[in-house]
Amino acid sequence: MAINWFKYSAPTTFYGLAGKLIPWFAIFAAILFAIGLYIGFFVAPVDAQQGEFYRIIFIHVPASILSMFLYMIMAGYAALGLIFNTRLSAMMASAIAPTGALFALISLWTGALWGKPMWGAWWMWDARMTSELILLFLYLGFIALHASIDDPRRADRAAALLAIVGSVNVPIIYFSVKWWNTLHQGATIKFGGTSMHVAMQQSLFIMMLACWLYAIAVVLARVRSIILERERNTTWINDLQEVRS
Amino acid sequence: MSLDIWMRENPLTYVWIGSYAVALIIFVVEIAMVIHKRKITLQQVRLMRDAGVEG
Repeated sequence: MAINWFKYSAPTTFYGLAGKLIPWFAIFAAILFAIGLYIGFFVAPVDAQQGEFYRIIFIHVPASILSMFLYMIMAGYAALGLIFNTRLSAMMASAIAPTGALFALISLWTGALWGKPMWGAWWMWDARMTSELILLFLYLGFIALHASIDDPRRADRAAALLAIVGSVNVPIIYFSVKWWNTLHQGATIKFGGTSMHVAMQQSLFIMMLACWLYAIAVVLARVRSIILERERNTTWINDLQEVRS
Repeated sequence: MSLDIWMRENPLTYVWIGSYAVALIIFVVEIAMVIHKRKITLQQVRLMRDAGVEG
């Protein structure tokens, strides 16, 4: 049976779909977080060079990857909203920004905690770290710019431009360890394989999936509030069970 | 005892409290904010609807 995906690009239908999906994403995220942490702390062996400190990787790497991917998705939605003037795209971009900012913050925070025992410093003005900090500022700039304009449609357009221009920073973050001689290590997992222990890989993969499911659940929950706020003058909102009760 | 010595003597506690507990707090705060936003948005929508009905 073919699903008409365009049907769900309208806030009216997407609102209900998101409501049904949130509990599933949240439950699976919680289960995967528990499994990932168990493997990461009780199954994965101690690293020969970094000892127990390397276990920060299981939150640091997923948070960093998500902060970059969420930015690209946010910029993609913002561009769709700007080009096609679709209501839901701009709402999705606004809903993604706070979650992306928090993942960037977790990435920077856990990176600092990892850096102190390994490099002897909480922070270095290294290309990877500086570009990740710029990513956090771009998220905050998007949120602040959107909040500073009263008219939501104008706010969407202005913030979309910032998101699109800022997306140039994401490849800079990714390739910074190749382009410059940085203190930050290069990619551990490559397309050609990895030297990591299998339990470390499993934990990392499961934690990554858990972070994705968590992010999707939170973004869907936030976008439902944004839809309610923006469409509050429509009859379909006033006919909703939760609004009538 | 300085932090440098403490973290080297208690690496797992350092990792748990410093990274995972902080990440958990951030997630909990975000979830609480999302739930709060939903609650106040629903209140606003109901108020607007009631004001519209009375008007």
